[in-house]
Parts: sequence; structure tokens; C-alpha cells
Amino acid sequence: MKVHEFQAKAIFSRYGIPVPRGCVASSAGRAARIVGDLGGKGVVKAQVHAGGRGRGGGIKLVTSPPEAEEFVASLIGSNLVTPQTGPDGVPVKQVLIEEPVGIDRELYLAVTLDRAQAMLVLLASHAGGMDIEEVAAAHPEDIYSESIDPLLGLMPFQSRRLASKLGLAGPAAREAWAVMGAIARIAVELDCSLVEVNPLVVTTSGAMVALDAKINLDDDGLFRHQDLMELQDPSQEDPREAEAAALGISYVNLDGDLGCLINGAGLAMATLDLTQTVGGSPANFLDVGGGADEEKIAAAVKIIVSDPKVTRVLINLFGGILRCDVAARGVVQAFRETGANQPLIVRLLGTNMEEGQAIFRESGLPVAFADTLTEAANAIHQSA
Amino acid sequence: MGILVDAGTRAIVQGITGREGSFHAAACMDYGANVVAGVTPGRGGQLFREQVPIFDSVEEAVRETQPNASLIFVPPPFAADAIVEAADSGIPLVVCVTEGVPVQDMVRVYRYLERKNTRLVGPNSPGVINPGANCKLGIMPGSIHQPGRAGVVSRSGTLTYEAVHQLTREGIGQSSCVGIGGDPIIGTGFVDALRLFDADAQTNLVVLIGEIGGSMEQEAADYIRESFSKPICALVVGATAPPGKRMGHAGAIITGRNATAASKIAALQQAGAKVIPTPADIGSTARSVIDHL
Repeated sequence: MKVHEFQAKAIFSRYGIPVPRGCVASSAGRAARIVGDLGGKGVVKAQVHAGGRGRGGGIKLVTSPPEAEEFVASLIGSNLVTPQTGPDGVPVKQVLIEEPVGIDRELYLAVTLDRAQAMLVLLASHAGGMDIEEVAAAHPEDIYSESIDPLLGLMPFQSRRLASKLGLAGPAAREAWAVMGAIARIAVELDCSLVEVNPLVVTTSGAMVALDAKINLDDDGLFRHQDLMELQDPSQEDPREAEAAALGISYVNLDGDLGCLINGAGLAMATLDLTQTVGGSPANFLDVGGGADEEKIAAAVKIIVSDPKVTRVLINLFGGILRCDVAARGVVQAFRETGANQPLIVRLLGTNMEEGQAIFRESGLPVAFADTLTEAANAIHQSA
Repeated sequence: MGILVDAGTRAIVQGITGREGSFHAAACMDYGANVVAGVTPGRGGQLFREQVPIFDSVEEAVRETQPNASLIFVPPPFAADAIVEAADSGIPLVVCVTEGVPVQDMVRVYRYLERKNTRLVGPNSPGVINPGANCKLGIMPGSIHQPGRAGVVSRSGTLTYEAVHQLTREGIGQSSCVGIGGDPIIGTGFVDALRLFDADAQTNLVVLIGEIGGSMEQEAADYIRESFSKPICALVVGATAPPGKRMGHAGAIITGRNATAASKIAALQQAGAKVIPTPADIGSTARSVIDHL
């Protein structure tokens, strides 16, 4: 789960990490007053769950309350398109307005999971303010790392070592140690998959400030953090993805026209890959999960056919705990209730597959059956 | 022969009284697995299926029934506790089916297990099966399997069943199948499973099924190139996944270059694995490799 920058900064503040003085506004008038309170200047930052906001025109230094009012009026209620969003962008409902900070140096700090080590890792770089993926690809030697042992947490010597590599000394080094320790604690205590400060700036007056803040939470750890669950903002997600997630269905919206209903993440990825190799183009990834019942299957199908770009639907189910007849009834029910009429390619395998196929045959829906993945691929190819 | 489980496996099921635990414990027993005890705190003294004793703790189950494996079905908040309880009681093999275990829990459990002689498979694993020994510890449909000499190792559930189905249709039986789990941090990785298959006299071919996310396939590639002595076919799925999106499995997410399907396929191919061109070609690729043995 992602949270907004202002929410991440509130968490930073709780852990003692310095952030710029600022306030959130959801109207142009309020934005103008905040800029007035900040002394007539402010940095306005659109609050969306996407990076690349600067390049998308979502961040601006304003030098007067009227300028703030005008800029924020143009942002609020609009969709911001950045290099990391789709062509439709994501809605801006609020902005964060902060006092401008004089920047001397920009650093990068993050805590993320090192899967190969099975530990969290603290990453640091003096190439702050840049896309860290690009830095990692072009200049891997510019990124320093320290593994965080779960028994010990981040040890002070590790912070000292990183600060020294970043060329920090004196008070700046001490402030950096504190920020490193704090983001490591945030990651562990709040079950984060990412805590990122990019950039962490050394100001012209020598202070250390987290200019940006990004926190991604481990969905599987959320049950421990009722308070953080409330930070969820469904407006930032694809509506079908949000609807599916609420039902416990894994759904990812894609660009194509072939709606896909599959059980199991691996089989779903495999089916999508196969679709593409035969010239088809999937409209979605959908893993209905283990042990789905008729209602859940029907709900999943309704999400798929509610997508206007879906012209055909592929169903690929490997019945185990999930019975094929139950799944077939769910699909037929959803098509009846929605009046959907897209042609279906159906491949059922495993528990009660004959009963499932019979239900499809008797439904009157336009169904083409496939026994194997190869046959399914051919059917996709022919219907394209 | 085969790996991890065999006719000598004496299993306990942690969470045996839950909906999934009871259903699958019964299915494992019907397949032929020797389930010697169940564990559900607070339900000690009862019997499962009127024959399998249930205990309040793993420690009691170990004392009374001498198991050498545990199959875990407890809900995600209690999975770390269940794994550590099994390891603390000295059980050498723990298979954790539970999906949705918090990553921070697994970070701590993984570190804890480093000083224990317990092998963890999973979490988020469909389990392990040895068809020749009629032993399965997991949730896979037993009926699609057939005894034979191909080893299967995979990060997935239903895609593993698809692979097994294709192999069986080609007349290629399986020595053992291991679902290592779809989570970012898992106990037994590809390399560990390949080591076991390398040492298993029954296995003469391995089918490896990877997916996007992490770098476990690259680690497998390094091991294959340097030490693996048997033919291996490999499929990596998720080529169509957009970056940064979790594709069902918590571990199937593209963050960084190593995590892409293309990068993993290239590494496995360079290491000498026979690349399975599409997910429809698992059986036929294995067949062509066997025919050239």
C-alpha cells in the first residue's frame, strides 16, 4: 500500500526526522492563505501516488499567494500525468505546500528489502534527487549499502560508515546518523517494503531536511497497523483494481482487449505470456485465488466485463479446491446479470471439469472450448 | 528416492482443525501420507478423523508421535510462531502453505532458522510431493501426478500443476515436485532444491519454473553453470507484467533489472538450461530433452 508524501512526512516527524515547515490544502483559497503564512513563498506539491511529479508539472515554486491560488486551482480536481502514470494520470485532490529550502547538497537514503540476503538494507548515495534506478544502472559504485540484521537493527557504526562515505562530517554527519536510524526503525516497526528519502538535503544553513518522503507498506503486515490502514486513498488506484482488492482478488489493469480469469498467480502470468506470444493482448491480470466460490467468481467476471476495452474473455482454471462446475456457474451468472455478450474461450481442467463444460454448453453463451494451453492459444489467435 | 518426503515421512499438521488444514490433511492422508498428529492450541486430546491425535503443542506431538516433518496451515498472523515452534522442537522439515505472512516476520524467522537444523519450504508454498512414495505434504491435486524421474521445482501453485499435467500427458513421471513458494522471502530456494535433485539418483531431469521478482533464478543459473550435473528445462513467467505491480504473488513484482523475465531467461539460458519457449511447451520441451539423453 502506498501513502501520500504528506502522510509519510507526518510519520517522519513522529520519528524525529526534520521535514520542511508546511501544510496540506485541498482548495485554492486555503493554499493562498498557507503561502501567506509561510511568508509569501512556497513550494506547491501535488499529492498523488506516483513519482515523476516534477516532470509532470505537479510541483512549482510560487512567490505570492495569488500565484499559489491560481496554480492550485489548476491542479485540484485535475488528473496529473507523470512519466510513472498511465496516459489518464491520477487525480489530484490535495497539495502539500512547504517553505522553500536553500539546497547545498542532495543525498539519497532508503530502506528496502534485500531479497537475496533476506534482510532489510539501508541504501545511501550522494546522487540525491535523481532516479535511483538510473543511478544504480549507470553508476552502481555511487550507491552504498548496509544490511540491517533483524536481531540487531541498524548499528551506529553502520550509520557512521555510510555518512563517512557520503562525505559528511561534524553536525551534518550526526544528523544523518539520526535520520538513518529513524528510517530503519520506521521500516521495521511499521512493516514497510520501502522507506525512501530522495532527496535528503543539506541546506545552505547546514541543516538536514527530508525534502521528499516515500513510504510503501507491506500489505501483508497491515493487519498490525489499523491506524495506517486509514491512510489508504482508493482515488489513486485503478477503480477495478481497488474493487478487486476489496474482494480479495488480485487484478492488474493492462492495455489489451482480452479479459482474463485465471486461478493462481503463476498460471495467470503464464497465460498472459502465452496470449502475447500468439498475437493476443491481455486486458488484465486476474488471479481469483484459491478456493473461490460461485459469488467470488461472478464478482471477478463482472469486474472483467465492466472494462469497455474487453472484447473477448479467456477463462483458464485448474480446478483443485476450486471446482470447475462452481466456477462455471459463477461465470454464467455474471454474464446473465450484466448482459455481457463477449465471446468466451474456456479451458477447464481438474475437479468436475465435465460438469463445468456442460454448464457452459447449456448456458447459450458463445463459448469455444480448449483442452490444453496450446488449444487455448490457437483459439486466442483465431479470434484476434 | 525422490527428495524431501518419502515413505518414511511422519508428518504433523499445524492448524489441522481449521477449514483448509482439515481438508488438506485428509487429502494428504488419502494420497498415502503418514499424518501422525495434528496440532491446534486448545484442542489437545481430540482426534482428527477418529484416528489422528491432536495436541496443544508441537513439543507434545513430537514427544508422543516422533514426527520428522510438519505441514503448516495456520493463518498469516500466527505463521511465524508456528514455524519457529516446529523448529524449536527439532522437526527437520517444515512446509508452510500459509499465504500472506508479513515480510518482517519472515526476515526474523529466516535469521532464526540459520542456527537450526530445520529446512523450511515456503511460506506460500503448495507443498512437496513424491508420487513414487505416495507421499504428499501440500495442497496439490495428487491425481495429476505419476511416478517417474523428472524433478519439478517452482515458485507457483497452479502453474506447477499445469507443468505436472503436461509432463504426465507426455508420459513423463515425476520423482518429486517442490513448490518453493511465491513470497519475497522463502526458506528453501531454487539452489537448495536443485542441490537435492542433483543428489537424488531417481531424478534424471529437472523442470524449473521461475517468475518475475527478486534474483533467485539468477542464483540458480550460477549454480547450474558451476555445479549442476543433470539436464534442466526452465520457464520464467511474467514477461507481460508492468513494472512495480504485484502480480498476485507477493514476490512477483518487478523492481530493478534482475527482476524481469527477460533477464532471468537470459541467465538460465547462458547457464546451459533448455529454455521452455512458452507455457504451453513444458511437456514437449521436457520430452525433447529426454529423447536426447
